[in-house]
Amino acid sequence: MRDVAIVAFAQTDHLRQTDELSEVEILMPVLHQVLDATGLRASDIGFTCSGSSDYLAGRAFSFTMALDGVGANPPISESHVEMDGAWALYEAWVKIQTGQADTALVYSYGKSSPGEVRDVLTRQLDPYYVGPLWPDSVALAALQAQALIDAGDTDETALAAIAHRSRVAAADNPHAQLKGAVPAGDYVVRPLRTGDCPPVGDGAAAVILAAGDTARALCPRPAWIRGIDHRIEAHSLGVRELTDSPSTRLAATRAGAFERPVDTAELHAPFTSQEVVLRKALRLDDSVDVNPSGGALAANPVMAAGLIRLGEAAARIHRGESDRALAHATSGPCLQQNMVAVLEGESAHA
Amino acid sequence: MPETLSAPLVVEFPFTRSLGPVQSAFLTGLRERTVLGVSTAGGKVLVPPVEYDPVTAEELRELTEVAATGTVTTWAWNPAPRPAQPLATPFAWVLVRLDGADTALLHALDAPGPDAVHSGMRVRIRWAAERTGAITDIACFEPYDGGDTGQSAPHDGEFTDPVTGIVTPARLDYRYTPGRAQSAYLDALSRQHIVGERCPSCHKVYVPPRGACPTCGVATTEQVEVGPRGTVTTFCIVNIKAKNLDIEVPYVYAHIALDGADLALHARIGGIPYDQVRMGLRVEPVWTEGGRHPDHYRPTGEPDADYDAYKELL
Repeated sequence: MRDVAIVAFAQTDHLRQTDELSEVEILMPVLHQVLDATGLRASDIGFTCSGSSDYLAGRAFSFTMALDGVGANPPISESHVEMDGAWALYEAWVKIQTGQADTALVYSYGKSSPGEVRDVLTRQLDPYYVGPLWPDSVALAALQAQALIDAGDTDETALAAIAHRSRVAAADNPHAQLKGAVPAGDYVVRPLRTGDCPPVGDGAAAVILAAGDTARALCPRPAWIRGIDHRIEAHSLGVRELTDSPSTRLAATRAGAFERPVDTAELHAPFTSQEVVLRKALRLDDSVDVNPSGGALAANPVMAAGLIRLGEAAARIHRGESDRALAHATSGPCLQQNMVAVLEGESAHA
Repeated sequence: MPETLSAPLVVEFPFTRSLGPVQSAFLTGLRERTVLGVSTAGGKVLVPPVEYDPVTAEELRELTEVAATGTVTTWAWNPAPRPAQPLATPFAWVLVRLDGADTALLHALDAPGPDAVHSGMRVRIRWAAERTGAITDIACFEPYDGGDTGQSAPHDGEFTDPVTGIVTPARLDYRYTPGRAQSAYLDALSRQHIVGERCPSCHKVYVPPRGACPTCGVATTEQVEVGPRGTVTTFCIVNIKAKNLDIEVPYVYAHIALDGADLALHARIGGIPYDQVRMGLRVEPVWTEGGRHPDHYRPTGEPDADYDAYKELL
């Protein structure tokens, strides 16, 4: 295995609405920031991979427009996943492992403001038995939350505390959309209140990966990806044990997360109740700083929020605030698919 | 800077899907008020049924009939139903394990309020009056007093006139905003001007501008008026009439390099017989009354452009 690190990370300020900007206009500043941070030019990048969704844009092949922002002509080595950018990062990591690239640019973006994201996300559900009922994203999360409450794993007060902790943490995050004390609000779908749900917003993120000595040359303290793995559960909600996340646990095991404790965890939990599930699956106790960025409860640009977890965890290592961090990304309803990466800084205790 | 443009954008699609043997039996069964599950080698009954075991990936074909009554395993109260959801009045989303089944089915529960719902409560299917072989043949669940019968029995899955496919209509409503660069382009078009944007790095003028130079990967910022005249760089003759398009075939569709632009845009050529259109032909836009963009381009009568003048734009 090659040593691969995240050497640069940038994200936009996440906003409820960005009518004046097209996707590529949102994206370009963060692309330039990661290139500037490493001193790389677009033509130096070995592989480019992006994540986004046509269903957010309401247009086919919407990612091709965004590709203009990376300088894709003359032709570059490029790929796209119709998923969160965390999975684009995984593809780029594999590409570097194969030896076909030494550096990779990974980016993702989501503009949720043009549509109703709760309805849009129903189109990713099983089209035979579930999609025709249009259960929205909050409804499905609420079913999981009630299952957790029935199991005695949490209650509404504890969920509100998760929301509060996340948004207070986000007060130090200049990019966050929702920060500070946020009222619990009314039920959106009971037992989830407004405060338990992520903000709907637009945003983008970009990361540069590099291998071995290239990474050392580009970044004073690279965030080495010591392990990364992603797993999926049965798509039928009624088959799954909603109070647990075996796919997260398995991904974490394969990524080596349980070999030594982590000091930081950036969890992609758009709903408060999902943090309860993830903490259990990842065996995180209070010694771990969970979502110091505020997490997806503070900013949830769909398709970028998972990549941002990897970026936030890496940035803490870059800044020397973490030596060993766990980053998690999710996709699909009720934590259907989960990715876990373990990131480390070198000379941790020197 | 024009005001930010926005327009409704509707994406509508009737996805037509074929069904495998298990899905076909399940959905046909719903039409006949019969709920079928599928049995696994481990003796579990999965409802709704799937064709492959989610644990072992083994093929599953053994159908089992279960009861139309069941138990709520988890629920969520929906105070404000969204347009296409099963009930228009507030309801509970529920996962229901039907009697005789080992897994749960997602649907809606008609109940007077959240205080009337709890996990473990007994419910039964309320069938839709008109059933077509779809999950919506279950109108919803409703509260039910009887106990768990654990009822399950083998079923051959045979029905007359089985449902072999479904159509799942979907409609999503968006409000499209084209962003800064394209807004400026559309705004100029409404005044019958065509504008591009120049890349600050390679100085190419892109039209229509999308806000970025695909070669340099930087924002294009300087607005440049191009045309109105231009040169046909390449073309094709269209012989198939498009649906809902009121243009006689054959007609010519061409790439046109507007004067001052470094990228050809495409448009229809008119005002000249189709078989006389050629590379290098000089053309100009024809605007129709109230049109938001040129209807077509027609010859200017100038001599043809020299090949060297446009060869880089092919």
